[in-house]
This record gives sequence, C-alpha cells and structure tokens, in this order.
Amino acid sequence: MTSHRGWAQHKKMNVLYAVLIDPFVQMAGAPDLLAQTVWEGLVAGVLYALIALGFVLIYKASGVFNFAQGIMVVFAGLTLVGLYEKGVPAPLALVLTLLVMLVLAIAVQRLVLHPLVNQPDIILFMATFGLTYILIGTGELVFGGDPKTMITKELYLPQGSIDANMLGGIVTFQKLDIAAAVIAGLLIAALAFFFQSTRIGRALRAVADSHKAALSVGISLDQIWVIVWFAAGIVALVAGILWGARSNVSFALQIIALKALPVLILGGFTSVPGAIVGGLIVGVGEKLGEFYWGPLFGGGIESWFAYVIALVFLLFRPHGLFGEKIIERI
Amino acid sequence: MFYREVGQFKTSYEADMAVFPIRQDRIGLGVILAIAIVIIPLFGSSFFLSVIMVPLLVLSLATIGLNVLTGYTGLLSLGTGAFMGVGAFACYKLTSAFPDVNILIFILVSGLFSALAGALFGLPSLRIKGFYLVVATLAAQFFLQWVFTRAAWLVNYNTSGAIEVPLRTLFGIPLTGATATPLMRYYATLGVVILLTFIASNLVHGRIGRNWMAVRDMDIAAELMGIRLLPTKLLAFAVSSFYCGVAGAMLVFFWQGSAEPEVFSVEQSFQILFMAIIGGLGSLIGCFFGAALIYILPILLRAVLPALGLSVTPATVEQLTFVITGMLIIIFLALEPHGLARLWSTGKQKLRTWPFPY
Repeated sequence: MTSHRGWAQHKKMNVLYAVLIDPFVQMAGAPDLLAQTVWEGLVAGVLYALIALGFVLIYKASGVFNFAQGIMVVFAGLTLVGLYEKGVPAPLALVLTLLVMLVLAIAVQRLVLHPLVNQPDIILFMATFGLTYILIGTGELVFGGDPKTMITKELYLPQGSIDANMLGGIVTFQKLDIAAAVIAGLLIAALAFFFQSTRIGRALRAVADSHKAALSVGISLDQIWVIVWFAAGIVALVAGILWGARSNVSFALQIIALKALPVLILGGFTSVPGAIVGGLIVGVGEKLGEFYWGPLFGGGIESWFAYVIALVFLLFRPHGLFGEKIIERI
Repeated sequence: MFYREVGQFKTSYEADMAVFPIRQDRIGLGVILAIAIVIIPLFGSSFFLSVIMVPLLVLSLATIGLNVLTGYTGLLSLGTGAFMGVGAFACYKLTSAFPDVNILIFILVSGLFSALAGALFGLPSLRIKGFYLVVATLAAQFFLQWVFTRAAWLVNYNTSGAIEVPLRTLFGIPLTGATATPLMRYYATLGVVILLTFIASNLVHGRIGRNWMAVRDMDIAAELMGIRLLPTKLLAFAVSSFYCGVAGAMLVFFWQGSAEPEVFSVEQSFQILFMAIIGGLGSLIGCFFGAALIYILPILLRAVLPALGLSVTPATVEQLTFVITGMLIIIFLALEPHGLARLWSTGKQKLRTWPFPY
C-alpha cells in the first residue's frame, strides 16, 4: 500500500517536473536552440501582427470587426501572383493589385458599409462574412483554386540564409525573415506617421473617437471608410506577400487569420502598438509552447495554445493589454 | 382577410400572454406539424428526407441552441461546432459502453455532457463580453477539436479515426446505422426537435428567458434589478450547449452515419452563427428559416446553375455558390438586418390589417 502511494507520488512529481522544470532545463542547456525558436516565433509574430493591424485599423475607424481581413490577405497575394502568371510584369502587377484593393475598398464602402450604417455591430460583423464568401469565390473563379508560389525573386526579396555563430551554436536567420521584419517595421512606421502627422490621419483618429462628433465638424465618413479599408488592403497585401513567400498562396492561409484573433485580444481591439506587441507575444509563446511543452501533450498544441495565452491575459485585463477601458453607464 | 383576431376575447391573463394568442396562429402551427408528421413522409422521396429534411432539422436545433446564447442572452459564441462535437462523442461512447439502453435516451443524455463543457468554457463570460468573448469561445473550439483529433479513446480506437455509428433499434426497427431507413431517421429527428423546441419556447417565454433578455439588453442594469449574472449567463451557456450537443449527436447518428472530428470544425460554428443571424436573433421560428436558407441555398444553386444552360465545371459552380451566397447575405442584411423572423412578423402584421395599410 505504502509503496503504491509512493509510486503515485513519484509519478506526480515526474509530471510536475516535466511540465514546470524540464523545459527550462532544456532552454538553459541549449541557448542556441532557444534563440532559434524565439527568432522563429518573432518572425511569425510579425506576420500575425500585420494581420491584426488590418483588423485594428478598420475596427478603430468604423467599429466593424472585419472578419474578411484574413481573406483580404489571401486575396491580395492571389491577385498579385495571378496577374504575374497571366504575363503582367511583377512591378506592374504590384501596382495593379494595389488598384484592385482600392476598388475593393470603394466597393465595400458603397455596397456594404453605407447601406448598413448605424446597424448593430453584429450585423456589420455578419456582413463581413458575406464579403469573405464573395472574395473566396471571386478569387478562385478568376485565378483558380490551386496553391501558387509567391514571386519572391521578381519582387527583389532576398533569399538564402545567414548562419550566425552565437551562444555556443549556430543560429540560422533566413534573409527573407529579416526582410519581412524590416518591411513590417517600415510599414508600421509609415502608418504611425500617417496617423499622427497628416490631416487625413487626424480625421481618422477623430472618427475613431466618435462618429457623430467627427461628422459634425465636417469629416466625411464615407471618404474615411474608403481610406481605412484601402490602408487595411495595403497591409493585407504586404502580409500576403510575406506569408506567401514562406508558404504557398492558397485559401488555406485563411486559418492564419483566426490566429490574429488572440493577438487582438492580447493587444486590445483598438490599439496599434497592442497589435504589434500582441503579435510578438503570441508568435514567441506559440513556438516556445510547441517546442518545449508540445511533446508532453503529443504535439499539435499550436492550434489552441495562442488562445489559451490570450484567455489567461483576458482574465486579468478584460480589454487587452492596451485596449481602451470601456466604461459602461446605465 | 381570414387572418383576423376579431371576436377572440381573452378572459384571463394566461390566455392573453399565451405564446400563440391568435387562434389562426395555433391552427397554422397545427398545419405545419401535420405537414411535417404526415405529408412530408408520405410524399417526400427518401433522398429528400435524408438530404434535405434531416439535416435541416438538425441544423435548426443547433441554431436554436446558439440563439439561446447569442440571441436571447447576448453572448456571442463561436464554439458551437465543438459543443456539437462533445455531444456526438459523448453519445458514441455511451452507446458503445451500454448498447442495451435506447439510443434516443443517450442522444438526450449526451447533451448534458455538452452542457457541462459549455458551462465550463462559459466561465470567462462574466468578465469579458462582445468580440472578446468570441475569441474566448474560439479557444474552446480549437482546444476541443484538438482533443477530438488526438484522443483515439473517443472513437474506440477505430483505425479511421472517425465515429462509426452502430446499429441501434427502437421496438425492433433500426433507428441508426446503415440499415436504418431515412423515414425512421426523419421521425426520430423530428420527435427530438419538436420536444426540444417546445421546451425552448417555454424557457424563453418564462422567468428564465426574461432574465436572459434582461442580461442581453444591459447586464449592469439587470444586475441592479437583482438578477444574478453568473448563474444566468452560465445557465444560458449550459442550455445552449445542451441543444448543440443533442444536435451534434443527431448529426452523427441520424444524418451522416459517421463523422470525423473535422465535422465539428470552426466552419460548422460559423455556419450555425450565419443561420442564427440570417434567421433572426432572439427568435425561435427564425432558427428554422435561417437554417433553411443557408443550408438549402447552396444545394439549390448547385442544381439551378447547370440547369440554366451554363456549361460550367463543378468547381465553377462551387465558386459561384460562394459568391452568390455572400452577396445574398449582404443583400438580406441590407434589406432586413433583423433577419427573416422580422420579415415573417412584418408579413403577418400586414396580413392582419389587409387591405388597409394600418
């Protein structure tokens, strides 16, 4: 009896050891491996942040939870590659894709947002589902449903990798990943400048604060919505190129859009810095979790680990790390 | 013309507050039930029964479940698919462990397991709401789906990794399994759906339903009026998941006959949410309308598009279906944001005052 209990206790200790101590021992034992994992997490995080950024832009300006953002990423990438495959030179294809995103923004404003103005959030949310369907159908109809390879070389994105000798081992940095981080950083800086220092940016922030007040000082909501959706379209195109360069361009990528949701929760729906920090936390947390704790659960925990991280944060900060605290009045 | 309540006097409070206060409505309900019980089985082909009617009823039930949560209590959820899965797997495990107990009992009991899971994942709803809660329920969705894929125990270590529905009978007639006729499966589904819709109708029209709606309209105000938020919200989660669980069990046992974990993916959750919103949030009859529209529309399009003489490949039909479904969703929302149920009641109101405008 005693031996049995001792065995059970021993087993319990083993589990605790495997969950709480062993992963950290592994991390300390091989710092180069840890650095590699963290780097990969950061890169994935940058891309999550880009998708989340598109969500935040639209949510701030129009209060619409744009479910179609993930599809816009795929759609933009698909349009770019599709045009190239039809014989359009790469730079021209890029410009044309931007034009397509602009047309999309105008169409969304005219056909979806304008008729549904002043409706409850959930109705607009639902309308973006409709938009998702339309984009999936159109994209496949025009460019075909097979996965496509992103035209990385034609867009002058670097290839190959750098091996750095550090932390007692070799850490590999893909040049593409470095480029992705740089491009994302530039894009975010440009957006920040646009928001903080231009006239349209000020109007955007006014709309984000209050639709009615913005209207009363003469800001055109229709115009702002087109601009915001176009900005989200540009972000989607960049995200589409960078994701597409890592894997193929296909509608399977849309599942990544759902990964942007925990990022949003962490950062708060209304915060641009939140989207970036949230993206990095989720990216790194997910990779570390998968690499060090995943084997304990039989692997594949990447699909839900991000949500659990987000839930834990939510319990302590119900509006995300940087989200505006909503004051409710009766 | 004939739809008038003239001359129908109410002599008690109960009669005035009845769910169907107008006699014609009660007759209409009777007619619908008669059609469902007698006419459809009599004239419907077995293809119609098994491909249209059974899925329609199952999806309607799941939509009622989600509507209890989203439409009546105002808590958005995207975990419907997973809660349906809990019901399906619970039912499968129960009927494998106790093959002698009637399957209908287990279909209802499996809802309880789902209710438990729902209440557990509903706990964060006290602190978070709106779209933040959506993501919390997505956590439930992805976690549970991961469990369904990983735990071979749940499917009795089948090599296919899927639920394989065994033969179960009622009074010696096969209800589930390969030999069950579409007619029997239809009747079993219909029975469960009628029973549960009746219960749901009584729930939402009674004290519990009023508490839910008070929480939906403004939870702080509801709390000040003495409604305890945690039990009310958790009850909504539990009841909602119970309905979803039963629907999930029926989906596997009466509709598909076998189910891989992918059936209970996030797409399923989205589909049910579409049905609830298009049908009308906060309405039971809307659930049936919404399920009918979203489920039948693609089937119709697939049948109609080639018939129009367009020489198109199946893939193109699939893509066109996507585009048209998306457009219809947006058009419906623009025309009537409160869903088909609102159209229904507007129509009835027009009929009452016809031929006068009001």
